[in-house]
Amino acid sequence: MLSVSGLTMQFGGLRAVDGLSFQAKAGDITAVIGPNGAGKTTVFNCITGFYRPSGGSIGLTHPGGASHKLHTMPGHRIASAAKVARTFQNIRLFAGMTVLENLLVAQHNTLMAATGFGVLAVLGLGRYRAAEAAGIEKAKFWLDAIGLTARADDPAGALPYGAQRRLEIARAMCIDPVLLCLDEPAAGLNPRESDELNKLLMRIRDGGCSLLLIEHDMGVVMRISDHIVVLDHGRKISDGTPAEIRNDPAVIAAYLGEGEEDEVPA
Amino acid sequence: MTALRDAFLSALVALGLFAPLVGLVTTSGEHGLLLELRPIATAVVVGLVFLGRLIVLSRRGRTRTASAPSNRALAEKVSKAGKYVTPLLLVAAVALPFTGSRYYIDLGTLVLTYIMLGWGLNIVVGLAGLLDLGYVAFYAVGAYSFALLATNFGLGFWTCLPLAGILAAFAGVMLGFPVLRLRGDYLAIVTLAFGEIIRVVLINWVSLTNGPNGITGIPRPTLFGLAFSMDGGPGTIADFFNVEPAVIQRIVFLYYVILGLALLTNWVSLRLRRMPLGRAWEALREDEVACRSLGINVRNTKLTAFGIGAMFGGFAGAFFATRQAFISPESFTFIESATVLAIVVLGGLGSQLGVALAAIVMVGGLETLRDFLSFLGDQMNSPLFSGIASELPLYRMLIFGLALVVMMVLRPRGLVSGRTPSVALHKVRDIAPGLVARGRG
Repeated sequence: MLSVSGLTMQFGGLRAVDGLSFQAKAGDITAVIGPNGAGKTTVFNCITGFYRPSGGSIGLTHPGGASHKLHTMPGHRIASAAKVARTFQNIRLFAGMTVLENLLVAQHNTLMAATGFGVLAVLGLGRYRAAEAAGIEKAKFWLDAIGLTARADDPAGALPYGAQRRLEIARAMCIDPVLLCLDEPAAGLNPRESDELNKLLMRIRDGGCSLLLIEHDMGVVMRISDHIVVLDHGRKISDGTPAEIRNDPAVIAAYLGEGEEDEVPA
Repeated sequence: MTALRDAFLSALVALGLFAPLVGLVTTSGEHGLLLELRPIATAVVVGLVFLGRLIVLSRRGRTRTASAPSNRALAEKVSKAGKYVTPLLLVAAVALPFTGSRYYIDLGTLVLTYIMLGWGLNIVVGLAGLLDLGYVAFYAVGAYSFALLATNFGLGFWTCLPLAGILAAFAGVMLGFPVLRLRGDYLAIVTLAFGEIIRVVLINWVSLTNGPNGITGIPRPTLFGLAFSMDGGPGTIADFFNVEPAVIQRIVFLYYVILGLALLTNWVSLRLRRMPLGRAWEALREDEVACRSLGINVRNTKLTAFGIGAMFGGFAGAFFATRQAFISPESFTFIESATVLAIVVLGGLGSQLGVALAAIVMVGGLETLRDFLSFLGDQMNSPLFSGIASELPLYRMLIFGLALVVMMVLRPRGLVSGRTPSVALHKVRDIAPGLVARGRG
């Protein structure tokens, strides 16, 4: 599905990602973990086209067979043609627009195609009305999935934090992605919200979309991921199932830490 | 006590500012200019500042705690009133020529031109959040396109109107390309420079534009091929309807032309706001990075905003040229861009009604203020005001500037702030202005 090989990202003298290679299988939840500054978000930005990698390649094969070279595509094409959606570590919603509008903006390319370059739709002709109704239906589906139907007409910026996180995920899903990249979706959520998030992510995966997530909350990572990639200083130090990772001495040393009996009481 | 001290300091600043501005006046004497002192007028102004500051401070102390809910209540009231204001304004606009007063119709035409420019710029600044300080460039391109096409090829107004719009839109896209990567202040500087470049080109390209002398003899618009001519010969309005030819007929016709053009601008903007394109503009204003992550082509979306905004500027320019029958680069200075931008900001970014109200206040109000001040000057016979009464109209801009400052202090997000969502599942509720991004280019 997603195959990253030899990915390198150099910022001046700093090599944030150094020859990283990993695979994410279709229909899996793949987690990327590692200490702060390990290069996780940089990897994400390379995959989603916000950075152009200094070296290496990123290939994406759709379930239908079409394949895309993500490292050569312009940023917006990665979302519109390669169907890779993402969320951000610091939530980036359209705060001054309503929840529903946020979900409709995400369907921009589909809806835009139905407006006939805008001219017909302005005159009230063409098939835009039907396309917009379909867009609203899709938005309703996701509103229902994230439990925000009642707040559809509220500005996104006025939602509580957990709801904003869920809305950002729903908005990303509105582009019909084959791969959804989530940058710390559970950050700042309370245990109940975190549970809801897990359910939502499982539901998205069962709907046929593969997931790639960066996460610090090991509870979330261990419970839902099928496959974990561990980074440290821009390099991959381990790669495997949750059970393998939990017992890998390299990962324990770099990131997970020893059990509680070794910790010095504060 | 602190309030008193604060007010005293304000008065001191005002004294420093107004002592040379109001307190000194030069009159021509026998051997050159004579300097005359006006302590009373200065004292009046400084006293006003002192009292005004005291009032502001005492009010602030009382209303600070209750300001949030009262703002919301006010916003609701304004939005309710807006429902009545719009049709009222429309009726007033349509009915204005029936007053028969040439002065009012001319003023109305001027105000409507600025409303149209404001609505056009609102697409770029209000919706897409791209700060454009050179909007007058497109106004100029539209005006010169029409003037040159008409005088060189003998084309009429209605043929040239779409051409002027297309050429202006083309200029908008041309400006758009190099500035796409710029944001905020940098974008503002480049657009400002673009506006000046166009004007300087118009001045210096004498072989095409006749330079600073301008273009004369620009044809007037016709009504279905019927000209508004004073000779009343065959093929003119007067001949066709068998009435006496009169200048007022043309004035009224021009008024309705600009009213139609302005309403077209408004209609297209309102429609586009409910379309994916308009939503993408607003999303761009809110968060460009998020737009990119959703597959929106940021470059093309910005270019359409520039292009469509410029197109309406071009229409307005063509109208300006046909109304004046004479254009020169002098009509397209930076102050025009600044006025239009002030209209958009004062009206409230993105609000169609706000822009219309702001244009009425800024353009119509300024004219009314001039009349009012001359009237007031005539009434003041007291020797106390001797000297100042006859000059009162000169203080027009000062008073106006003061009014703008007060306005922006009271309603920092414009007359009609807040945003009406373009679509709703249940019920449309306005969004508080605090949440809406202003755009950083």
